Amino acid sequence: MLTLNVNGRQQQIDVDATTPLLYVLREDLALNGAKFGCGLGQCGACTVLMDDKAVFSCITPVGVSEGRRITTLEGLGTADHPNPLQRAFIDEQAAQCGFCIAGMIMRAQALLRHNTAPTQKELREHMRPNLCRCGTHMRILAAVQRAAAAMRSAAMEPSSREVRR
Amino acid sequence: MWLMRALLGLLGATLVGAAAFVALAWRSEIPAVEPPNKAAFDPALVTRGAELTMLGNCNVCHTKADGRAYAGGRGLQTPFGTIYATNITPDPDTGIGRWSEAAFLRAVREGVRRDGSHLYPAFPYDHFAKVSEGDLRAIYAFLMTREAVRADPPANVLPFPFSMRTLIAAWKLMFFKVGEFRPDPVLSTELNRGAYLVEGLAHCGACHTPRNGFGAERNEAYLGGGETEGWHAPALNASTTAPVAWTADQLFHFLRNGYVPAHGVAAGPMRPVANNLGAVAEADVKAIAAYVAAIVGPSTAGRGERLGRAGASGDQHSSGSHADGRTADGAAIYAGACAPCHEPTGQRFSARGIPLASSQLVTSPEARNLAHVILEGIAPPQASPAAMMPGFADTLSDAQVVALMTYLRSSFSDRPIWKDVEDTVRQVRRSAAEGY
Repeated sequence: MLTLNVNGRQQQIDVDATTPLLYVLREDLALNGAKFGCGLGQCGACTVLMDDKAVFSCITPVGVSEGRRITTLEGLGTADHPNPLQRAFIDEQAAQCGFCIAGMIMRAQALLRHNTAPTQKELREHMRPNLCRCGTHMRILAAVQRAAAAMRSAAMEPSSREVRR
Repeated sequence: MWLMRALLGLLGATLVGAAAFVALAWRSEIPAVEPPNKAAFDPALVTRGAELTMLGNCNVCHTKADGRAYAGGRGLQTPFGTIYATNITPDPDTGIGRWSEAAFLRAVREGVRRDGSHLYPAFPYDHFAKVSEGDLRAIYAFLMTREAVRADPPANVLPFPFSMRTLIAAWKLMFFKVGEFRPDPVLSTELNRGAYLVEGLAHCGACHTPRNGFGAERNEAYLGGGETEGWHAPALNASTTAPVAWTADQLFHFLRNGYVPAHGVAAGPMRPVANNLGAVAEADVKAIAAYVAAIVGPSTAGRGERLGRAGASGDQHSSGSHADGRTADGAAIYAGACAPCHEPTGQRFSARGIPLASSQLVTSPEARNLAHVILEGIAPPQASPAAMMPGFADTLSDAQVVALMTYLRSSFSDRPIWKDVEDTVRQVRRSAAEGY
């Protein structure tokens, strides 16, 4: 029996420690945001956060994620209340087929957690492991920069939660 | 009275000794020249120089990350301190624009700057001394026709007494021999060409030969394995631990393309070398491969058999017998994180990682190369759009990396478990975070 912390909730799962984290998320926890693309850590469609760092969940044996904070797309926001990054992806219409987008958002989220003012070079370097076959890269980059700008201005507003606290 | 005379004698001897050393250490300045006209260089000579400069890997040290080519500024970590590569573009003020050909030749072959001061042997003039004058003149022609870049490298960070360049003269007395390469009439033309390149311009021994306490290569352990930039440079001689015997043909493909299926990918500091060798004359890479194969070859005979044994035990994913249970964790990590690529799965698309029983990283005398690759991954080689190996620094904790490495070592090699793997993993993770 493994105990996982997924999107802030403790979950008990009875699986082999070698099972890819991706399978556990999708099949045992019905969190279908992360996608199976290549299964070899080459495309990034399965990207989730582990302790705020982007990892390929398809080649992460679930055993190593015990005791770590796992965040999936579902942990960021909902369709009604998207988080700033999800909001920006919608505003920029950054998805075409959409298969890579959950992974793109999660990788970008890892960057924005520690850097809300990335240069274009930093952003491209950071996003490099994730592939998109439709070719919406320019919109994806624009969406991340839009989200970064939104997060920066929210941090400056007196009504923002950070300031009130 | 006798005491006075003895003291005077001692003082005299000391002075004479010091004077003799200063006379030896003293090198005159070679006058600055007006920067030569680029158009005056023979284009054929420049083209030849371009290739020789690649063979010499000049760009690797003399270009910093994201910097302009040959403009220097890259820090080389040595046990004595950090030495920054100089600007070798023809900028008259910060580069070598005012260096005559004679000054350039002296610097490369004797390790003396135009102003007469000694160069640190981080610049491998102990190898370059063997390069022919004709080849160096071509390199000069190539460098002097590059775009001049105004850039001063940072000052070296060397504690006293290493900050004193005069001391280098003493180093040279002990460890440096001037003299061009002499071909061995017994060897074939190709082997002599390979020896000329490996011992001279390509300066393979600068990384692959161990160094003594003075930072000089230990000739008795020629190509016996050294270190560079926090990586172990594997032995290329009889002391190699490669689990698969290297053939000249495999060496050629490895050096040429940065990848050969039987051994894997050129990683770490070897990557830029393979990139350069992908761009030079094929015959030169073949010559290097032939020469290195002749050195390493006989010692690796009969390795296939051992490989079979190690491979067989690895196939079972057996959790070994280590009392602390680390190997058991390691087996699970291997199965979930490594096996998808490193074992045949029958998938149509595969990342085609090599079987780890044939990996030189697993059998290496030092643990750090394997730690580097697990944590940082490997970008696909420039010459072939192959799969990349993702790094696991954000996926695995130090303890998990140690467990994995212990499992790999015990399952895929017949060598003893490394000592102090925990420290190695910590150090490699720290160096990766600092960008070295």
